[in-house]
Amino acid sequence: MAEKIEIKDEWKAQLGVNSPPWTYEITTTSVRAFARGVGYTDPVYYDIDAARAAGHRNLPAPPCYLGTPVFIPGKSDDTFSGPVNSGMSLFQFGLANVLDGGTEVEYFDTLCAGDTLTAVNRLVGLDVRESKALGQMLILSLEMEYKNLTGKVVMIARGQTILY
Amino acid sequence: MALTWDNIKEGDALPEMKKTPGVTQLVKYAAGGGDFNPMHHDYNFFQSKAIGSIIVHGRFKWSSLGELVSNWLGHQGRIKKVSCQYRGMDFPDQEITVKGIVERKWQEGGEKLVEVAVWTENAEGKQTTPGKAVVAFI
Repeated sequence: MAEKIEIKDEWKAQLGVNSPPWTYEITTTSVRAFARGVGYTDPVYYDIDAARAAGHRNLPAPPCYLGTPVFIPGKSDDTFSGPVNSGMSLFQFGLANVLDGGTEVEYFDTLCAGDTLTAVNRLVGLDVRESKALGQMLILSLEMEYKNLTGKVVMIARGQTILY
Repeated sequence: MALTWDNIKEGDALPEMKKTPGVTQLVKYAAGGGDFNPMHHDYNFFQSKAIGSIIVHGRFKWSSLGELVSNWLGHQGRIKKVSCQYRGMDFPDQEITVKGIVERKWQEGGEKLVEVAVWTENAEGKQTTPGKAVVAFI
């Protein structure tokens, strides 16, 4: 259990700074894999004919599917699959345990298989909170902004990561 | 009958879903979502040992809230937002009930909008993942 967490200036300096962009793909295979992972039985997320009959141009991205980051060994995080260069090396905070605090996704367009997105990640908040069970916790608020190939922001994902 | 904005009423309950994700389902979610944190599949991982079990991915529950809304909406509109807070851990092979209720219906910027409160409940009835979703009808 962490004794006392002090927010360091070098952490604060990262607030609002965009990570280098990284490519996220939405493919028919990745949509099906996500839909299976969640347990969908709706054929619209699996069968292109069903998707077209429902008015989609291809298999639609299920809600809460944030695209699949292109994986390149050495450049991608082996555990969470995102780019190592997202700026958020969780190790820098010196806390071993990670929990998800909350997540939000906002869509500005419909996303379908075949779409390729470019995303940047940024730290937007740093807080220390006390939990009875876990002691002091560092709460990182992160925001990830995804653009399509025309440069339009199509999705923003926001989340809190808890370190303790 | 297809869902329409006109026939939705505040207070309507969304058809609930029950799931009992086992380790295999969590492995499928890890593959589909890209989160291979061992605390969701490896009982020998230090954090799993400290907790006493592996735990269900928070984002599996978040995504299940999205699934609940998608199933209810039946592609008759567009999901604009899904959010949740992770308030409690869920464990493999335990039943999770996914529920929702229409909270608000309004028009804005030419869109017909509906906000629903969504949440997961564990077997004891505790809300482990409360959230909100917003959908737009054309």
